[in-house]
Amino acid sequence: MIRSLTIAERQTGLFIAIILSVIGLTMAAAARQGPMAVHGTMALILGLFLAIALAGALDKPSPRADREQNYYDEPTRFGIVMTLIWAVIAMGVGVWVAALLYWPEATPPWPATSFGRLRPFHTTGVIFGFGGNALIATSFHVLQRTSRARLADSVSPWVVLIGFNLFCVWAVTGYLMGSTQSKEYAEAEWYADLWLVVIWVVYFALYMRTLARRKEPHIYVANWYYLAFILVVAMLHIVNNLALPVSFAGTKSFTIWAGVQDAMVQWWYGHNAVAFFLTAGFLGMLYYFLPVRSGRPIWSYRLSIVSFWGIVFFYIWVGSHHLHYTALPYWVQTLGMTFSVMLLVPSWASAGNAIATLNGAWHKVRDDATLRFMFVAAVFYGLSTFEGSFLAIRPVNSLSHYTDWTVGHVHSGTLGWVAMIVFGAIYTLVPQLSGREDMAWPRAVEWHFWLAVAGTFIYVVAMWNAGITQGLMWRTYDANGALSYSFLQSVQAMAPYYLLRAIGGVLFLSGAILCALNTRATLKGVRFGVGTADRPLVSQPAE
Amino acid sequence: MLRLHYNLEKLSMGLVVGIIVAASIGGAVEIAPLFTIDQTVEIPDDMRPLTPLELAGREVFIREGCYACHSQMVRHLADEIDRYGPYSLASESAWDHPMLWGSKRTGPDLARLGGKYSDAWHVAHLIDPRAVVPTSIMPAYPWLERSLDASDIGAQMGTLARLGVPYDDARLANAAADALAQSSPDSDGAAGVAERYGDNVAIRAFDGDPSRLTEMDALVAYLQSLGTQTRLPYAIMSEEQP
Ligand code: HEC
Ligand code: HEM
Repeated sequence: MIRSLTIAERQTGLFIAIILSVIGLTMAAAARQGPMAVHGTMALILGLFLAIALAGALDKPSPRADREQNYYDEPTRFGIVMTLIWAVIAMGVGVWVAALLYWPEATPPWPATSFGRLRPFHTTGVIFGFGGNALIATSFHVLQRTSRARLADSVSPWVVLIGFNLFCVWAVTGYLMGSTQSKEYAEAEWYADLWLVVIWVVYFALYMRTLARRKEPHIYVANWYYLAFILVVAMLHIVNNLALPVSFAGTKSFTIWAGVQDAMVQWWYGHNAVAFFLTAGFLGMLYYFLPVRSGRPIWSYRLSIVSFWGIVFFYIWVGSHHLHYTALPYWVQTLGMTFSVMLLVPSWASAGNAIATLNGAWHKVRDDATLRFMFVAAVFYGLSTFEGSFLAIRPVNSLSHYTDWTVGHVHSGTLGWVAMIVFGAIYTLVPQLSGREDMAWPRAVEWHFWLAVAGTFIYVVAMWNAGITQGLMWRTYDANGALSYSFLQSVQAMAPYYLLRAIGGVLFLSGAILCALNTRATLKGVRFGVGTADRPLVSQPAE
Repeated sequence: MLRLHYNLEKLSMGLVVGIIVAASIGGAVEIAPLFTIDQTVEIPDDMRPLTPLELAGREVFIREGCYACHSQMVRHLADEIDRYGPYSLASESAWDHPMLWGSKRTGPDLARLGGKYSDAWHVAHLIDPRAVVPTSIMPAYPWLERSLDASDIGAQMGTLARLGVPYDDARLANAAADALAQSSPDSDGAAGVAERYGDNVAIRAFDGDPSRLTEMDALVAYLQSLGTQTRLPYAIMSEEQP
C-alpha cells in the first residue's frame, strides 16, 4: 500500500499519522482512565505504527511513472479485506448471541461478554464494519470505472478507510467496556461520532473531486445512490448524535433529545440507516455489478430515475412506523404508515428493474453462482420491502412489533439482500483486482451460495414462526376474559425457534468464512494488476 | 421531465442539492411540530425527576444493554394494558435523555415495574435469574454487587440540568450525598432525599446492606422507580375505564 504512494504523498501521510498520534495521546492523557483513555491509546498506537511505516519508506523507490494512467485499486483491495474480517467477527458474534438466547447459562461471568453488550457489537459490526467497508471499497471502484477517472488523490482514500475502521473498532470495544449512548445503531459515544463526521467529510470531498474529473458527461445511476448514501447518512448521523458530554475528558454524554422527540429523532435515524446505509448504498452496488456481471445494460433508465427519487423522498417519512400505538402523536404514526405503503412502489421498481435486467441472461444465472448471488439479493430486496410495507400497517404492527418477527424481517433484508449483494460484488471484484479470470476456488463459490441461501431461509422462517407465535400468545384471551398466557410461557415457546435460528446462522457464517478464505487464496501471491475484463482508463480527456 | 433529469445528471452539485432537499422534507414535517404541541410537551404537576441513585441505576441499565430485551412503553392496546398497566404517556419520558422505549421484548415490558416485586426478589433475580425463574433466558449479572462509582453523579445531573431536567441547586449540591442516603434509610441524610424528591421515593437498603453503596443498589432503586414518577397515567385510566 505504501509503495503506491509518491514521496510527497508519503510525507503527507506521515503528517496525518502524527496528528492522529497527537489526538490519541491527548485523549488518553485527558481521560486517564475508562473507555476514552483506552481509545486514545488505540489511536496513538495506530498513529505511531503508520508514522513509523511511512517514515521508513521515505527513501524507498517511488511508484511507476505511469501511475496516473491506471485506476487506484489498492484502497478497494484493503476495504474488501476489512469487509471480510468484519463479516467473520461480527457474524460470529451474531451466532454467539443467537446461541445465548437458547442457552443463557453459557454466558461467561464477565461483564464484557454479556448479551446486552454483545448485541450492539453485532449490529455495529455488521452494519458499519461489514456493510460500511463494502460500500466504501466498492464505491471507489465504481466511481472510477463509471467516471473513467482515477481517484482525485491517493492519500484521502486511506484516510477514509483507516479512519472509518478506527471508528468501528472504537464503537464495538466501547460497548464491551460499557460505554454506549443506547441509541440503536448509534451507540458509539460522542468523540467517536465527531471522528466519523471528519472522516465522512473527507469521503464526500473525495467523491465530488473525483466526479469533477470524470470523462463521461453523465453521472451513472450507481453514483447517485452512493451520493445519497454519503449525504443522507451524514445528515442523520449528525442530528441524531447531537449530545452534551458530561466532561470533555470523559466518555459519558447525554443526547440533547428527550422523550417523545428523542424517540422520533431516533427512529427517523434508525429507519433511514436502513434506507440510506443498508439500501441506497447497496442499490448503487447492484446497479453497477449486476449489469457488469450479466453483460446486460440496466433494463429501464426511466424506471431507475423514478425509483431513485422515490426512495430518497419517501423513505425519510417512514421512521414513525416504529412507534405505532405509543405516546407519539397519532397523526405522525399515520404519516409514517402511509408513506411506508407508498414506498413499496419505488422499491419494487428498483427490484423489478434489476430482475428484468437479467432477461436474456438467465442461462448465466443458472451457471454462475456469483450472478445468482445478485439475483437472489434482488429477490430478497423485493420480498423484504414488501414485508416492510406490510409490517408498517398499524394493525399488523400491533401484532408484530416487539416480537421476533421484526428480527426475522431485519435479517431477510440484511442476510438475503445486503450480504448477498456484497458477496456477489466481492466475487466479481476480487478476481479483477488480482488480474485473474476467476476466484482461486470456483467451486467454493457454489458452496457458499447454497450455505447462504439455506442459512437465510432457516433463519427467516424460524423467526416468522417465533414472532407470530409470540404476538398471538401475548394477545390471546380465555373465555373468562383473562389473558391466556403468562409472559414466561411465551419465552418458553421460543426455544425451538432460537435453536433453529442459531443453526441457520452457523450455515450463513460458514459461507462467509469460506468467502474470506477464498478471497485470501485469490489475492495471495498475485502481482497487482488490471484485470483483463477491466474498463480502460483513457489517459487524455476526450474533448 | 426526462430531459430535465438528463441534464441534472451532468451536474454533480445539482444532484447533491436535489438529494438534500428531497431527503429533508419528511423529517422536518414530522419532527418540528413535536416541540410545540401540548400533547408532547406538557408535564404533569406531580412529576418528579429521578433521584441521583436512580439516575446512576439508569446508567447501569444502559451500560448492560437491558433495553435490548426490555421495552419501557406500554402501547395503547387492550392486552398490553391488561398485562402491564396503564398505557405510557409522552410526558412520562419527557426528561429521559435518551428515552428507553425499546424495540424488542425478549423479556417483558418494564414501564410499570415499580413496586411489583420486592427488592430482595430483584437482587436474587439479577444475580441469577434462573434461581428465581427456572426457565428464564435472561443473562445473570453477578458483578452488579461491586461498589458504585458515585463520583460523577453530580456532574451528570449538572449536564442534564443544562438540558432542561429540573435539578435545582439544592438537588445538584447534594447529589452524591443523596445517592448514599437513599440506600441507608437510618442515616441523617435520608430525610433530605424525601424533602428534595418527594415522599413517594423509595428510601431503602435495596441490596440489603446499608453500609455499602453498590451498583445493585442503584439498579434496583431505578427499577423500583419505573412508572412511579407521576400518578397521571393511573388517573387517566380510572377516568377512561371507571
Ligand atoms: C437476553 C435478554 C434479556 C436481557 C439482556 C435482560 N433481560 Fe430481564 N428478562 C428477560 C426475560 C426473558 C425475562 C422473563 C423471565 C424472567 O423473569 O426472568 C426477564 C425478566 C426481567 C424482569 C422481571 C419483569 C417482570 O415483570 O416479571 C426484570 C425486572 C428484568 N428482567 C430486569 C432486567 C435488567 C435490569 C436487565 C439488565 C441488567 C435485564 N433484565 C436484561 C430477558 C432479558
Ligand atoms: C450469521 C448471521 C447472523 C446471525 C446469526 C445474526 C443474529 C442476530 C441476533 C441473535 C440478533 C439479536 C436478536 C434479538 O435481540 O432477539 C440480531 C440482531 C440484528 N442483526 Fe443480525 N445476525 C446475522 C447477520 C446479520 C447481518 C449480516 C446484518 C446486517 C448487515 C445483521 C443485522 C442485524 C440488526 C440490524 C439487528 C437488530 C435487529 C432489531 O433491532 O430488530 N445481522 N442478529
